[in-house]
Amino acid sequence: MDFGFSLSPSSHVKMDDVDLSTFNRLKQANPDINTCIACGSCTATCTAGQFTEMSFRRILLMLQRGKEDEAKKMIQHCMLCGKCTLVCPRGINIRRILLDITR
Amino acid sequence: MNSQIFHPFVLPFVIGMAFVLAYCVVGLFRVIGQLPKDDRKKFWRSLVTPKTAWANIRDLFGDCLFHVKIWKRNPVLGYMHSAIAFGWFMIIVIGHVMLFTLKPLEGVEAEGLARIFPNFYYPIFFKHFAEETPIFAFLMDFFLLMIISGILIAVVKKIHSKMVGVKRIMHFGFADNMIRFALWTIFPFRLIAEKSDIMAFWWLYSLDLMVFMFMLPFTRYMHIPTEALFILLRHAGLKPREPRKGYALAQIYSCPSCGLCIDACPMSVNDKNSGNTSAYFMKRLRNGDKEEAQRIAETCMQCGKCVAVCPVSIESCDIKMSQREAVPYQIKSDHSYLENVAAETKENAKVLYFAGCMTQLTPKIMRSMKQIMEAAGEKYEFMDQDGGICCGRPMLLSGKKAEAQAMMAKNTELIMKSGAKRLVLSCPICYKVFKEEYHLEGIEILHHTQYINELLKKGKLKVEQNDINYVYHDPCELGRAFGVYDEPREVIGSIGHLRKAKSEKELSICCGGSLGSFNLTQQERDEITANSVNDLMFNHPDEIVTACPLCLKTFARKSAVAVKDIAEVVASQLR
Repeated sequence: MDFGFSLSPSSHVKMDDVDLSTFNRLKQANPDINTCIACGSCTATCTAGQFTEMSFRRILLMLQRGKEDEAKKMIQHCMLCGKCTLVCPRGINIRRILLDITR
Repeated sequence: MNSQIFHPFVLPFVIGMAFVLAYCVVGLFRVIGQLPKDDRKKFWRSLVTPKTAWANIRDLFGDCLFHVKIWKRNPVLGYMHSAIAFGWFMIIVIGHVMLFTLKPLEGVEAEGLARIFPNFYYPIFFKHFAEETPIFAFLMDFFLLMIISGILIAVVKKIHSKMVGVKRIMHFGFADNMIRFALWTIFPFRLIAEKSDIMAFWWLYSLDLMVFMFMLPFTRYMHIPTEALFILLRHAGLKPREPRKGYALAQIYSCPSCGLCIDACPMSVNDKNSGNTSAYFMKRLRNGDKEEAQRIAETCMQCGKCVAVCPVSIESCDIKMSQREAVPYQIKSDHSYLENVAAETKENAKVLYFAGCMTQLTPKIMRSMKQIMEAAGEKYEFMDQDGGICCGRPMLLSGKKAEAQAMMAKNTELIMKSGAKRLVLSCPICYKVFKEEYHLEGIEILHHTQYINELLKKGKLKVEQNDINYVYHDPCELGRAFGVYDEPREVIGSIGHLRKAKSEKELSICCGGSLGSFNLTQQERDEITANSVNDLMFNHPDEIVTACPLCLKTFARKSAVAVKDIAEVVASQLR
């Protein structure tokens, strides 16, 4: 029966079950990830972000939640232009991290 | 064979020499064989084209024989190298000339091959076998002493390099240290042997030569024979395609590991990073240390200063790029969304302005450019006022050519659609890729420094003068890459006073913000920036002017004085 609305599936993430190996590997290679304050400057300036959903802030969040596949899909839109790295108030080498994710 | 012109002590030298010659012949075939077919064709053609043939002759003499580039860079090192290399060359040449003056060779009765064989070693051990005429004796002694004077400087350089104006020298492994020791002792042994005729010293001299010859192919001294081939290949206009094959291989073996690029490299401001300089990169590649070579290639900022100071003109930046392409990142790209990007421009603009990503972050440059173009009454269009597509250079720098092509194709389409005849860019990073990789037929590509200079010269733009002392920073991708040195200086000169930086033009120091490096941390970049700012502040200017939005943003972090783009300076002084 169509009620004109539906229930969306739960986006609940069980942190006990997720595989954080990629994120941990990244953290080890790029300790500056830890300094991210999720300000979103990277997303606001993103060149690819004008045309797509590309957002580095969300990519980091996805990885912290173990959603590696979604993160990798988003990275595909990246143009590597480096604006995110330039505006990051914490001086995080974002391009390096983006490239390392898929290594 | 007559005993008078043979003695067993010549054998070590003869064996060593034969080995080197054989190795060089094999190497020559290997390098030429590894060239792609069209490159090989280009190479053969360049040998018979008068223009390149002349350049070949000029550089073979200028670089290989007289070492003009080292003299220009540092006269003490110039003398050191010339004394040893040119002196040695002259000794060999004069030795062979003597062969003809003293004919027939004393006591030579052999015919045919046996007659030629002594020629091989005779000039090297002349004094033991024959008396020279006084004039030759003088010349031989003169050049031998010249070599020894060069070696003395080399010893000083090794012990205390600052005395010859070099801050950092290369650190070598066992093989390189040993062959250097062999080279340093060859000539004193020869001198003693010639003056005293003690057999032991003739043996030492010959054995020393053998050690040198046998180690030569495996050490930096391989640059002696390889540089000649490299000069020929370079003038053929080739580009290295693979990091360790063909043309790149010739470059790797031509690198003398002199280490002049270590002091030049902006990264060397931190001693830890001086191991990431081109000299070490080439050494890693030669030793086949792929992982380290890859890491250094990715750390490099691609500013091109090492290429500018290299006395052999090795294109290490290009080799690093081919190394990056050889091991591309595993990131999969999907830029299909670009297809739906629509042009912002209306048609029939004469001048198309493309700000580029970096300029989007420095809106004052965009505003200034608008003011300038309006004041000059130019019919212009903005290509990316509300944000455009990346030019593709950052993607190219990561070694992903195909992905960069997607962006370049879309930008090309948008530009061609606009119908503009001129494309003005504010970002040197874009400028480089537009100039080198894009095919925009019938469209003139200008950086805004060139454009503003032209407007000023044509009188379309009038500016008021002020009393400010400016210093101009040459962005790497505008200066070293395309030699745009004079236009920005003319523009600044027409407004205020231009002071000189400590290192200028092709020696200018990268701001540290470069997109070329993927590995440098913010802290390391900050050190480079501080050093570059210090260099610019050498003559105490009031303001730093640059022509690159990335340099502008980078300097602003570390500079005590105001940092401005050249467009900003002009816009503020418009009459």
